[in-house]
Amino acid sequence: MNKRYGWVAGVVTPVVVAVLLLAGSVSVKASDQTSSTTAAVTIDNFSFGPQTLTVAAGTTVTWTNRDDIPHTVVSTDGVFKSQVRDTDEKFSYTFAKAGTYSYYCSVHPKMTGKVVVQ
Amino acid sequence: MKDKQGLVEHRLPDLNNDGVDRRGFLKCMAWAGAGLVWTMSGGIPVSRAFAKGMGKEASRGGGEFSFVQISDSHMGFNKPANSDVVATLRTAVDKINGLATPPEFLLHTGDISHLSRTEQFDTVDQILKSASAKDVFFVPGEHDVLDDNGKSYLERYGKNAQGSGWYSFDHKGVHFIGLVNVLNLKSGGLGSLGAEQLEWMEKDVKHLKHSTPVVVFAHIPLWSVYPEWGWGTEDSGQALAHLKKFGSVTVLNGHIHQIMQKVEGKVTFHTAMSTAFPQPQPGKAESPGPMKVPAEQLRTLLGITDVNFVRGQHALAVVDSSLG
Repeated sequence: MNKRYGWVAGVVTPVVVAVLLLAGSVSVKASDQTSSTTAAVTIDNFSFGPQTLTVAAGTTVTWTNRDDIPHTVVSTDGVFKSQVRDTDEKFSYTFAKAGTYSYYCSVHPKMTGKVVVQ
Repeated sequence: MKDKQGLVEHRLPDLNNDGVDRRGFLKCMAWAGAGLVWTMSGGIPVSRAFAKGMGKEASRGGGEFSFVQISDSHMGFNKPANSDVVATLRTAVDKINGLATPPEFLLHTGDISHLSRTEQFDTVDQILKSASAKDVFFVPGEHDVLDDNGKSYLERYGKNAQGSGWYSFDHKGVHFIGLVNVLNLKSGGLGSLGAEQLEWMEKDVKHLKHSTPVVVFAHIPLWSVYPEWGWGTEDSGQALAHLKKFGSVTVLNGHIHQIMQKVEGKVTFHTAMSTAFPQPQPGKAESPGPMKVPAEQLRTLLGITDVNFVRGQHALAVVDSSLG
């Protein structure tokens, strides 16, 4: 930053923060953007729901097994692989790069899903 | 149609491409709690159903030897469909020990454990020690090879096996082949045997006489029961092609937790009940998971399969009986 006007940031920033805090709509966290960075997939009845999930790059997707049978979450391209998840157990993966990530349950391979990262 | 002893006899309709008339067969299957004896007589499959009390008489019967298939014990499962899989496995062992003709060994067609855990395998081994038959031959189910690609399964059960756990053995002139079709499953696919195992199998049977009865056992059905639910094996056709020369082939599977049978030429396919929990009939539920039934009905939908080999008859007599 230009040294001459460096002090401006020191004055302006706290003012901006104060305004935002007063507005009460946004908490100041480095990782927070205006859209959510987490998303969820529910595993139930031998299926992933939603079967196709679209998220922004940087999102952490969490799969939760609500079925009464264990399942796994395995990328078809070797990008991620969960251990077996029994009922109520979870698996999370953060999708840093854009792309389409197909996955399936390696125990019940007819169960397939996709995460589209934009 | 009942004969004098109260036995109901049916003749299956003419074999079509599929081998069995589906509706008629599913009606037969609905006799939960009744045993089914299937034998081949002059090339036509004939089944006799008998009431619970007659089980002993039916299993006594001039066989050279018999063995019992159990399947899908899912040790470690503890959801509403069955909160005590230890108790039901123990009942299955009691049933085995109560057979009029003691079996010479047991075959376990997989899903021994529910989560591939050491203590789960230990418990099953412990319970099976009380069976009259001391030799037990296993093949893995998909629940037995979780997380480590079957390494712990192989360490425990694969001493005389090759590859991912396949093997064969002979018993009184009958050739038994244990296959593994639950590893390296592809997305959207079915069970899979793989090229290496199929090559091994071809060599394994090459020098056997075509009069040798063959029994193949594997976890996932080696025929297309219901592909939508993954109830089938991608490359089983190749396996069956290697067995074409044989006059008698019996294929014993598990995985679907209910009895299903199909006859195709000289091959009889049969799936066993689970000792842990039942599953719905194909397409009769949203998914193929554990099916909760009223407590008093549970044991009627779990069971064992007694298989009798009669010298001189190429067919093996397969008798299912429920636990209650």
